[in-house]
Amino acid sequence: MSTPVKDPKTQVKRPDESLFKRLTRHQMFIPLAALTLLVLFNLIADPSFFAVSLKENSLGNPVLSGNLISVLDNASELVILAIGMTLVTASSGGQDISVGATMAIAGSVILRMVCGGQITADTLHMPLILAVLIGVLATMLCGAFNGALVAYFKIQPMVATLIMYTAGRSIAAWINNNELPIMNDLTFKYAGTFLPGIPVPTPIFITIFVIVVFWLVLKFTNLGLYTQSVGINPNSSRLNGINPQAIKLLTYVILGVCVAVAGFIRVSRSGSINYSRIAENIEMDAILAVALGGNALSGGKFNIYGSIVGAYVIQFLTTTLYKYEVPSTALPAYKAVVVILLVVLSAPVVREKLSQVKKAPAKTAKEVS
Amino acid sequence: MQQGAVLEMRGICKYFPGVKALQNVDFTLRTGEIHALMGENGAGKSTLIKVLTGVYPKDGGEIHIGGVDGAAVIRSPQDAQNAGISTVYQEITLCPNLSVAENMYIGRTRGMGTNWKKMNQGAEKILRSLGIPARAQQQLGSCSIAVQQMVAIARAVDMECKVLILDEPTSSLDEQEVQKLFGLMRDLKAKGVGIIFVTHFLEQVYEVCDRITVLRDGQLVGEYVIEDLPRVQLVSKMLGKELDDMADIKSEVGGAGVSREGAPVLEARELCSSAGIKPFDFEIRRGEVNGFTGLLGSGRSECVRAIFGADHVTGGSVRVNGRDVKIHKPLDAMKQGIGYLPEDRKGDGIVGDLSVRENIILALQVMKGFFRPFSRAQAVAFADEYIKLLEIKTASADTPIKSLSGGNQQKCILARWLLTDPKYLILDEPTRGIDIGTKIEIQKLVLKLAAAGKSVTFISSEIDEMLRTCSRLIVMRDRKAVGELTGEDLTQAKIMATIAGGDEA
Repeated sequence: MSTPVKDPKTQVKRPDESLFKRLTRHQMFIPLAALTLLVLFNLIADPSFFAVSLKENSLGNPVLSGNLISVLDNASELVILAIGMTLVTASSGGQDISVGATMAIAGSVILRMVCGGQITADTLHMPLILAVLIGVLATMLCGAFNGALVAYFKIQPMVATLIMYTAGRSIAAWINNNELPIMNDLTFKYAGTFLPGIPVPTPIFITIFVIVVFWLVLKFTNLGLYTQSVGINPNSSRLNGINPQAIKLLTYVILGVCVAVAGFIRVSRSGSINYSRIAENIEMDAILAVALGGNALSGGKFNIYGSIVGAYVIQFLTTTLYKYEVPSTALPAYKAVVVILLVVLSAPVVREKLSQVKKAPAKTAKEVS
Repeated sequence: MQQGAVLEMRGICKYFPGVKALQNVDFTLRTGEIHALMGENGAGKSTLIKVLTGVYPKDGGEIHIGGVDGAAVIRSPQDAQNAGISTVYQEITLCPNLSVAENMYIGRTRGMGTNWKKMNQGAEKILRSLGIPARAQQQLGSCSIAVQQMVAIARAVDMECKVLILDEPTSSLDEQEVQKLFGLMRDLKAKGVGIIFVTHFLEQVYEVCDRITVLRDGQLVGEYVIEDLPRVQLVSKMLGKELDDMADIKSEVGGAGVSREGAPVLEARELCSSAGIKPFDFEIRRGEVNGFTGLLGSGRSECVRAIFGADHVTGGSVRVNGRDVKIHKPLDAMKQGIGYLPEDRKGDGIVGDLSVRENIILALQVMKGFFRPFSRAQAVAFADEYIKLLEIKTASADTPIKSLSGGNQQKCILARWLLTDPKYLILDEPTRGIDIGTKIEIQKLVLKLAAAGKSVTFISSEIDEMLRTCSRLIVMRDRKAVGELTGEDLTQAKIMATIAGGDEA
């Protein structure tokens, strides 16, 4: 029987670990690797996927078009929601499943404001910014409602937000008396399509703006520290002077703001709304983006950039599948396969095993002896 | 394998990134003996236990179990259980929402069905034979922590183990319960069970154990028969240096803790809280160290929690530096210059997944405000300063605090409050479950703080420690302050008498 040859020095020193291992351990590894794989797949299968061309849109303006632009454009709502969802997840260890329904509320409120209660309107009845602010206020209230249930009544987030999930779309329809208002003013559609003379879709700019705002907020406030602290150990947080309930409530309200922005982009794309279909199932994609980003859905530590990349991965996948003419009804099944792969790969158990692959021969030899 | 040995571990090695947790450690347990496993925090006791029970895979060495030829293969806790090794951990690892009987039989029923009646009867019988005050069908969570601990032991005992591992089972038990546990251990010993007993309480080791194995820094120091190893020598073996006599701590720092002069820093009148303590009066002066003493559950923690605003304060008044203040929540107390190290380090103290640095700056950061985060450079400077000052052993300031040993975690919490430069520091059981070296360091630190003009309230289950540090003791009984001892009265006997309710009542 021989004892395995193991030099303790390589075992104890972290910097000696292979670059590969340190890379794979990093939280951003899985989302970035997934993104790279998707890019590689498309490059090999059909490089024209990345072709970006200047085309004229229906208004005769030259705009950029191509799959890449479509990914960046269409991911906007999801990215913005994923940011808010990350904070909610971190602080409360649960997710808000009502974001799709509250997006409908935001869209409905904004349309009602700009249409002034009419079914079709050709001009804005209210300054757009004011209408959006009222929409923000509405979803902040929804967020506060969810947050209060979670923080003060200690209801599980999934159950608490189930209320808005169920009622949200009805409330959205009720706001407009179950009519489907149509806004024809072109300026209303700027946010969801293109600004005149600018060939890049506006949602991309809005998303960048939101990301920068959150980057600044996380840098210049203690939101990150408090949220993580509350999510990890609310008792300790309280004894260190943090108000855990207030922080939880705050994250739900912040998510409410994100929802309004996403809802505004969505109604601005078409100038109208379909209460039962708008942003359907987007809550699941938003939660998935958080998970893909390597964030624990049980709360605590978070990385907002992981979720952002996760959201782009999901949209990239969807667009790729569309390109290969997967029927939209079959889309979820394809998506599910990829999602299972990604989620299993990012599970701690699997990652632990993967990082041991290199050491495997020495290990088995020892165990046999 | 040695004659009469029930368990032999030879040349056990275990490495973690950054640490050699165990190097060539030997350990022998004989039939029918109680064997203490001693060492400071981080010496490798828990790692050795976890290797033995299959929680961690070992990186080298062999384990032999009595009656089995060849090296035993233990890859999971289930393997260990099948090999006759039962473990009771320091933290309760049972399910509080199941009944006592279910907890005792969970994972052990063979086949599909469960005979509930038989199970409950069996459980009832064991509980009665061990004198555990719980009913089989009672929900475990409704029992006290001590009873839950006893149930965990009952579960282990009932599995007819050859080796029973008790990992700090006594840290949440009071004296009477400890005696009950010891009785139980002696019974098992008579039946031929080998017991491994891990504890920080020296008295308990000398009360029940036959042999001692000492570990230090992941290496074996030696195995000793208890009669051959006097207490002082055991401590010096654990520390790896001659012990500077603990009794001298007070004189060393100039007897600072005795001062009773100076203005009162905090005065509380008729204070009471939602935790159900009777209204009590309290006062502490500049440079004074005082303490609350009493049995477990007597209300000593609840008193300090009321002062800090950790529980909902329901009545009474508080004056800080002669001014009336309202303390409704911890932040109010922090703003008055009060710091509080809670009793439950894991549940109320550390924020496990956050780094050592974030844990250290947390309280000061909260006081500074939500919109004014420290720059990274400043946070690094603060953390590094205190890691050095308190000699916190950590791979780096970025390490999650939960991966540190108990003593080092406690030092981080201390650092957190020292960083806020409090005028008055409340330490509730700062020395529980940590190694003796750190215990002494913490006691010295308390006296140093007092010498520097701070006020400290120090609570400990070990009366020795309180006698060494405090100049005034408030004795609690049944959630009520029943006496106050100072000066000449500060003796073990007098404290005991007051706790028991003799002449003071």
